Amino acid sequence: MDITEYIKLVFTDYTLRTITLGTAILGAVTGMLGSFAVLRKQSLLGDAISHAALPGIAIAFLITGAKDTNTLLIGALVSGLIGTFWIRGIITKTHLKSDTALGLILSLFFGFGMLLLTFIQKQPNANQAGLDKYLFGQAATLVESDVWLMAIVTGVCLLVLLLFWKEFKILLFDADYTKTLGFNTRFIDVLITSFIVLAIVLGLQTVGVVLMSAMLLAPAAAARQWTNSLSTMVFLAAIFGAFSGVFGTAISASQNNLSTGPVIVLVAAVFVVFSFIFSPSRGLLFKQIRFIKNRRDLELHKTLAFMYHIAETHENISHPHAIKLLNNFQGFTKKTLQKLVEKNYATIDGSMWSLTDLGFETAANLYTKQSTEDE
Amino acid sequence: MKEQSQNKETPTYSGVLAVKVDDLTVAYNYKPVLWDIDLEIPEGVLMAIVGPNGAGKSTLIKSILGILKPIAGSVSIYGKPYDKQRKLVAYVPQKGSVDWDFPTTALDVVMMGTYGSLGWIKRPKQKEKKAALEALEKVGMLAFKSRQISQLSGGQQQRIFLARALVQNASIYFMDEPFQGVDATTEIAIINILKELRKAGKTVIVVHHDLQTVPEYFDWVTFLNVKKIATGPVKDIFNDDNLTKTYGINYKVSIQE
Repeated sequence: MDITEYIKLVFTDYTLRTITLGTAILGAVTGMLGSFAVLRKQSLLGDAISHAALPGIAIAFLITGAKDTNTLLIGALVSGLIGTFWIRGIITKTHLKSDTALGLILSLFFGFGMLLLTFIQKQPNANQAGLDKYLFGQAATLVESDVWLMAIVTGVCLLVLLLFWKEFKILLFDADYTKTLGFNTRFIDVLITSFIVLAIVLGLQTVGVVLMSAMLLAPAAAARQWTNSLSTMVFLAAIFGAFSGVFGTAISASQNNLSTGPVIVLVAAVFVVFSFIFSPSRGLLFKQIRFIKNRRDLELHKTLAFMYHIAETHENISHPHAIKLLNNFQGFTKKTLQKLVEKNYATIDGSMWSLTDLGFETAANLYTKQSTEDE
Repeated sequence: MKEQSQNKETPTYSGVLAVKVDDLTVAYNYKPVLWDIDLEIPEGVLMAIVGPNGAGKSTLIKSILGILKPIAGSVSIYGKPYDKQRKLVAYVPQKGSVDWDFPTTALDVVMMGTYGSLGWIKRPKQKEKKAALEALEKVGMLAFKSRQISQLSGGQQQRIFLARALVQNASIYFMDEPFQGVDATTEIAIINILKELRKAGKTVIVVHHDLQTVPEYFDWVTFLNVKKIATGPVKDIFNDDNLTKTYGINYKVSIQE
């Protein structure tokens, strides 16, 4: 299937359109909120929340006996919130660090959820089949009303973000200071955490308990590489998340219906890897290039300084000296000398070199400037 | 020496109490970090809080500011509970307490100082930006306003924190080790700003580690080691006796002789 054909299909085919829209919206909202989780160093929070949601799904099913998506999600929301506030409780009330608290709640709730799932499977109720799709998600089960729900939650989340932008930002950067300014930091914290829980719960049907945290983290981690501004980061994360959804769905739909959730996560991972390597300011590639260039510059300067010390011994600074003299110097290569000639710092005459006035001056003033600029 | 004696003449105390702490006790676990602290800080002083590591200096400031919840005790600012007087108080936390890789600029951080007076939801406007730029200029950091904060040196980061507090335009400033890890140039720049604040009638309370500079920089001092050992004018109480009581070793103020 070629691309134009696929795009046409996205607009005409009900199922494909629903899934594409759903995963795009989901990617956008989790990317946005994920930025906050990443900056608060609560990357694992998403993982803990999604796992903590599992028993809620099972209990909701046990109570109602029906597999209505919205009911199950409410169950997931409740147990996700309980898990989250237990984590907060453990961190503030005990000496355990946050990673321990997260891991503890994650495995405890997940274990309990799995126990309930196996219990349900043994029940005679024929309705129970397919409850385990929440483990790895199944995008194909999305219907229009699910997408509407996601869109509404995303809209509300966007509105809250815009309203409380300033408060979110300062809380993320300096919580203690925020408190002294008179803001109720607990309220801001609960607000943002609740939205993270909500976004994760919404994604369970599509991506599943196990992989959901990647939707939260990957777009944000990728976005952080490209910008030094919080608003740009949140915006980029939303874009990356949305595109992961769209591309992931496309790949999964065109390749023999590969499972959508994992493909979306893999696409998001590609965004991360690409950003880690190619971002201009923080990426590995340009960092390495800058490093090598700096090294070359330093070697050049070092050679120039060495030549300067030799030239200094003569009254006439442009007195020629043998190139051989430079051979026992570490930074020196034929190429560095060539570079110095190109920069008009030195001249070569046969096997002899001499410094130009410019070269002498430059060498004398290397790295002597007062560090008043504090750099 | 001449400068020191001059320093002691400058402050004129109004006799009004800026901060009053009563029976303040704070504990993290079983052992109290602060025990029954009574403290009266007159308006217009530049005060150092000194004491060994673990004496509760930062805890004292954080409890006064309501960041930590004390077990007992009360704090009043100009005679009223702290909650009602927040706008009179500014805070400079320890530099290491935040993540400097946070995606934001120097100007943005300083702008945060205006958030308190703005209140919920309202965004900073031109007026707040102007105030932030003025504060940046005061600390000599105007040229760095668009810098990403991770690309600032330790001293510059400290100045940004100071500027953020200056923007609050408070009456009382609490600073947690503003001289930690800064070079001599920055230290002088900071102490000059603190002295200017005092000249403008503000009260400045500083957690300080370098005993050598106490007589030169400050006119008021509080000795703290879980309990309050002494508080008062530097010229009256900054002596070997109090230092020994606080630090437990026979401490001599060698530079004063």
